[in-house]
Amino acid sequence: MSAKFSLDDDSVVVIVGSGAGGGTLADELTKRGVNVVILEAGKHYTQNDFENDEWAMFHKISWLDKRISAGGWHHTDTYPNLPAWIVKGVGGSTMHFSGLALRFLPHDFRIKSTYGTVDGANVLDWPISYEELAPYYDIAERKMGVAGTKASGLPEMPPNNHYKVIAAGAKKVGYKDISRPVASNTRANDGRPACQQIGFCMQGCKIGAKWSTLYSEIPRAIETGHAELRPQSMVLRIEHDKSGKASGVLYADKDGRQHLQKARVVCVAGNSIESPRLLLNSASSLFPNGLANSSGQVGKNYMNHTTAAAIAIHKGPVYMYRGFDIAAVISDEAQLNPDRGFLGGYHLEGLALHLPFTAAFMKPGGWGREVTSALEQYDHMSCVWVCGEDMPQEENSITLHPTEKDQYGLPIPIVTKTDHTNDAAMRRHGLAAWRKVSEAVGATRVIDMPPYPASHNMGTNRMSANASDGVVNKWGQTHDIKNLFISDGSQFTSSSAANPTLTIVALAVRQAEHIANAMQRREL
Amino acid sequence: MSNTTSRPPMRVVEKRITFSRRGFLKGGGMAALGVGALSTATLMLPASEALAANFKVLGASTGKTLLQLARDIFPHDRISDRYYLQALEPLEAQAGQDEKLKTLLTEGVAALDRLAKLRFKKAYTDLPKESDRLTLLYVIEHGAFFQKVKGHLVTGFYDNKAVWQLFGYEGSSWEKGGYINRGFDDIDWLDEA
Repeated sequence: MSAKFSLDDDSVVVIVGSGAGGGTLADELTKRGVNVVILEAGKHYTQNDFENDEWAMFHKISWLDKRISAGGWHHTDTYPNLPAWIVKGVGGSTMHFSGLALRFLPHDFRIKSTYGTVDGANVLDWPISYEELAPYYDIAERKMGVAGTKASGLPEMPPNNHYKVIAAGAKKVGYKDISRPVASNTRANDGRPACQQIGFCMQGCKIGAKWSTLYSEIPRAIETGHAELRPQSMVLRIEHDKSGKASGVLYADKDGRQHLQKARVVCVAGNSIESPRLLLNSASSLFPNGLANSSGQVGKNYMNHTTAAAIAIHKGPVYMYRGFDIAAVISDEAQLNPDRGFLGGYHLEGLALHLPFTAAFMKPGGWGREVTSALEQYDHMSCVWVCGEDMPQEENSITLHPTEKDQYGLPIPIVTKTDHTNDAAMRRHGLAAWRKVSEAVGATRVIDMPPYPASHNMGTNRMSANASDGVVNKWGQTHDIKNLFISDGSQFTSSSAANPTLTIVALAVRQAEHIANAMQRREL
Repeated sequence: MSNTTSRPPMRVVEKRITFSRRGFLKGGGMAALGVGALSTATLMLPASEALAANFKVLGASTGKTLLQLARDIFPHDRISDRYYLQALEPLEAQAGQDEKLKTLLTEGVAALDRLAKLRFKKAYTDLPKESDRLTLLYVIEHGAFFQKVKGHLVTGFYDNKAVWQLFGYEGSSWEKGGYINRGFDDIDWLDEA
């Protein structure tokens, strides 16, 4: 039922990327009868390609085109060419998505009003409120099948050993807000089966119990007859006409042949590194600093959450790898509480690592008995990921390398990140809290780990009420070019302490509604 | 602990590898373990010497040092040398294709031995005390040779399915129906009160 559109068809909406943002947008637009062409840089994998094998899947689906880590963060040492851990393939990073679907808190949309001016940070309120987004959160939770939410009606994910160990410790130290809202079926739902507690949720769910646009939104969009998916199509630049309106996109197919697909509307959803990179690479005589960049904010304010990880070794076996990879999530510390000495908050998210990744990420660069004595207790481990709010800072950015080019001939991206002082205080607090939670159930050794390569990439085309403060308005529409939209996490004005996927989906649903209506009214 | 109900005990993974000698020989176990055809003479040698004979590209002497080095980098006393050999085999194969890598490894080993002789008047592998060997490794740990071997071992050793059970890790589970009926929630030592 796939549609086929000609390159000259300028009535289509071109969507760049097929992950949480692009995939959702395709589904919601085609549902409303809008014709879309989805250009996805990566290959079209299916569940047959998924293996319960961390490294095999890492090498298969990760975005491994060269990038450079710069700035003051740990990654310049630990992961110099892998600043971010995201996916190149149909379904984008929803394949690697842990499934954790947390909502932003109301104050997350008003950080300037809440925190005031923050030294060294570029804080700004979103042009939308939590209340405006709330109905779309309901839709997103339903679409994604988030377990334990009212909107989805799905039962909670049953606690596994890893959940129980963390939840017991959390309760002992007085935490109350312990939950596990994960986008995985707890019973058959939406044509997909129930979770079988396989683990390997981040390696692509083998049975499709965990939501991914790969097998939810994308096939549904194609089924309508209004969508054409073109995998292995790397968009090189967005073209515009004399008036400055977007007119199409130039892309390279799998054989390197270039094509120009005309478009009525262009929506960019390539994740927070590729999306600003594309706008910057599309500079023209009319827009010498890149498209939609009159504010100078394209590629700025890169956020990837204040993160840390830690392992606890317990007195009995846990087998954290048995069952859904996300374990108990403690949200008490996500609330505002300036007494802790930092702004914002964080979640403590139980997140299982399998043995190969534990060996790689526990002490990158480490060796000797300090490492091996811990790994020999792998079966006794629990593992946490601290996910906290990251302050937007203008100098944290995506920029283009002046000389080095990738296989498409495009300048490779430089990802610059330096911690804000707030981050260091929060990270310390989070790791201390985890230690308490673990020791409350008798953990004998707790090992702090450096942050992983960033999977939560946000903020590089941010929303703003005023065109001078950001790149897009409250619909994700660029301030400068009315038929150019940003449809991924790069729209985020603040990072919140919540994993971004649910919010990306909610925003994409809302944006699709807006675009379809505006097209009908001939405003686009 | 508070486990007074009649629920079955936790399904615990035995952290050891059991295989019968007969099955091992019949199933081509030697090849699977990366051990080439061994002559009777080699079988008479100590295990580490016999294994070192597998380093066709780098030579037995360099191989023997690499085996000791690998164990000193990631020491697991319950894990036998053959798994360290398996971890090093891809590196040796690479060295067969890559002259620069081969030089890095052979010269790295030679330099380590020179350091050992200077300090202790013995080759690295002849130092019986782990603490003496570690003293030398702290000197070279930031160098390209050590970094290369260690970086390779992170996946070469721990991504080897043959060792997973020794850590209580069960690997791929989807083909067994996941853990929904195999102990995903069977923890029995937690005092949940």
